[in-house]
Amino acid sequence: MAAVTALNEPPAAAPGGRPGGMQVRRRRRLNVFRYAVFTVFGLFFVVPLLAMGRFSLEGAKLGTWSLTAWRQIASYQGSGIPPLMSAIELTLELAVITCVVTMVLLVPTMIWVRLRVKWLARTMEFLCLLPLTIPAIVLVVGLGPIYNRIQHYELSALMLFWIYVILALPYAYRALSAGLGTIDVETLSEAARSLGASWFTVMFRVIVPNMRQAILNALLLTWALVLGEYTIAYLLLYSNLQVELYSISRNTPNAGVLFSTSFAALLFAFALLLILSFVGRRRRGRG
Amino acid sequence: MTSPVTKTQDGAARTSVEVRMEGLSRHYGPVVALDRLDLTLQPGELIALLGPSGCGKTTTLRLLAGLEDADAGRITVGGKDITHVSAAKRDMGMVFQAYSLFPHMTVRQNVAFGLRLRKVSSAARDKRALEMLDLVGLSTQADRYPTQISGGQQQRVALARALAIEPQVLLLDEPLSALDAKVRAQLRDEIRRIQLDVGITTLFVTHDQEEALAIADRVGVMRAGHLEQLAPPTDVYSRPATSFVAEFVGLSNRLAGEVKNGEVTVRGRTLPLVDRSTPDGRAVALVRPEAVTLASDSAAESGPLVGTVIAITFLGAMSRVTVDLGDTSIMAQLTTADASALPAGSRVQLTIRPDPVLVSASSDPDVPAVEEEV
Repeated sequence: MAAVTALNEPPAAAPGGRPGGMQVRRRRRLNVFRYAVFTVFGLFFVVPLLAMGRFSLEGAKLGTWSLTAWRQIASYQGSGIPPLMSAIELTLELAVITCVVTMVLLVPTMIWVRLRVKWLARTMEFLCLLPLTIPAIVLVVGLGPIYNRIQHYELSALMLFWIYVILALPYAYRALSAGLGTIDVETLSEAARSLGASWFTVMFRVIVPNMRQAILNALLLTWALVLGEYTIAYLLLYSNLQVELYSISRNTPNAGVLFSTSFAALLFAFALLLILSFVGRRRRGRG
Repeated sequence: MTSPVTKTQDGAARTSVEVRMEGLSRHYGPVVALDRLDLTLQPGELIALLGPSGCGKTTTLRLLAGLEDADAGRITVGGKDITHVSAAKRDMGMVFQAYSLFPHMTVRQNVAFGLRLRKVSSAARDKRALEMLDLVGLSTQADRYPTQISGGQQQRVALARALAIEPQVLLLDEPLSALDAKVRAQLRDEIRRIQLDVGITTLFVTHDQEEALAIADRVGVMRAGHLEQLAPPTDVYSRPATSFVAEFVGLSNRLAGEVKNGEVTVRGRTLPLVDRSTPDGRAVALVRPEAVTLASDSAAESGPLVGTVIAITFLGAMSRVTVDLGDTSIMAQLTTADASALPAGSRVQLTIRPDPVLVSASSDPDVPAVEEEV
């Protein structure tokens, strides 16, 4: 027993405060290691981006600066390909439609499954995560005949949103599921019901406002996915931003506009990320 | 009981309602949660349902709230059948065990939520919300968010929110169980004060016997989907209907004895039985610790009611003294001043007050019919 007591006691301070000094040195070493790792990984990500930014600002003469490539984004058209601006518009429209459809489909369904049909939760999770396991080429082969028909009727390229919604499902589902997991959905809904709320009110005035951060995260992931999607659009012969950038890189010598457009897309995604984290922090700060 | 009259938000008088549950049953697969329960709450009455986990008390409350459907039976409120009415239309206020305030709304918005659903004007809503917050002593916290107030305050707000809609019935589902002891006692008294003030018919579910005995007009002790006893707190404690109730509510000494002609003889002492029709034969008598008194007697020779103090548990104003009688031990509850005169190891003479006692369902003194909760 005495031995146990001795073990539980705090270690006696050695003369000169050695243990404290050791701790400080250890903490300092750990901090140096952290900063070193952070710096290496930071450089790994930032240097190529800065290089891309610098290249997009390269003037006609090597080593000079110019905004020409950035100015060309709005008006550029390579030979034999649609204008760059139309590809940007198409991609942004696709991103908006995909985000809206994904949220409209997933948010109420997930809340409903959590509240009323819990036994369906596993099946729903399986279905939502399934697209992760299916290679894009398999999806294209499967959906090819449908899109052939769409092209036959000359329907808009915006019809790509159907396939993008499927691709976005796993990411959006995960983000929303994490958000739902942080709130006591059952108790909140029962409290609202006992106060006279309809199921619609429970969903949209009680649960959804508490999932705001999760919804924003799901939107960001969906948005990023659509902005970066290349394979399916290319294989189905649509020209979205990524396909257009690839075409520019292959068919024209103007690399500047290629990098300025890519960099602009990245900056746009970063800005969104910053906005979302700012919104999240503001809500957390209130608590 | 006469129907108490309460005041509504517009100052009009409203009569409290009677709640009647008849033959309520609920099964979860093969498990019977509630088995043909009959329970009537008189207008303005507070009934506390008490029992161990899984006894069906929360199921009863959820059936009454409309959060679950009964397999059989009927529920009427003020004479109106609401068995198949949805939870949203039952006009009942409910406070939950878990903190149930809407995190994205301020305290004021939470309290006004039910009124907003009832399309009460913004000004009237605000006025009523502040009145309710005043009632629970939280009007100064109206613009805070739930995460910015303590657990006890959150439960007070939940109570204000439940009362703001002027429900016919108030349902309290272990609202104090997540709180620390001091806040719990304060809020318990506050709930009772407000309930009496408002005069609302209330069903309170708890597993804490002290809470149930302190707050209720009547206490219902439940076991395995049945109501074992429904009576005023003093009756439940001093005249338990069954050995389960006797053992669940408060502590009991289990002493082997002999039943004969409606009395039980325990260690040479004859005690009257609560149930005088108990058949003759060997039995285990349930004797309350407060019915046992001790007197220091260092010269006492061995006898059935002579023993040695082996432990003293300090409980504040009272202390519990455990005495070894050789073949068994017995607990006595004394004032701390009296108990301090009996240090561990001292010889004592016991006296058992001749209160009516019950005999246990189990004939083995070492096997209680229920796990005791202190």
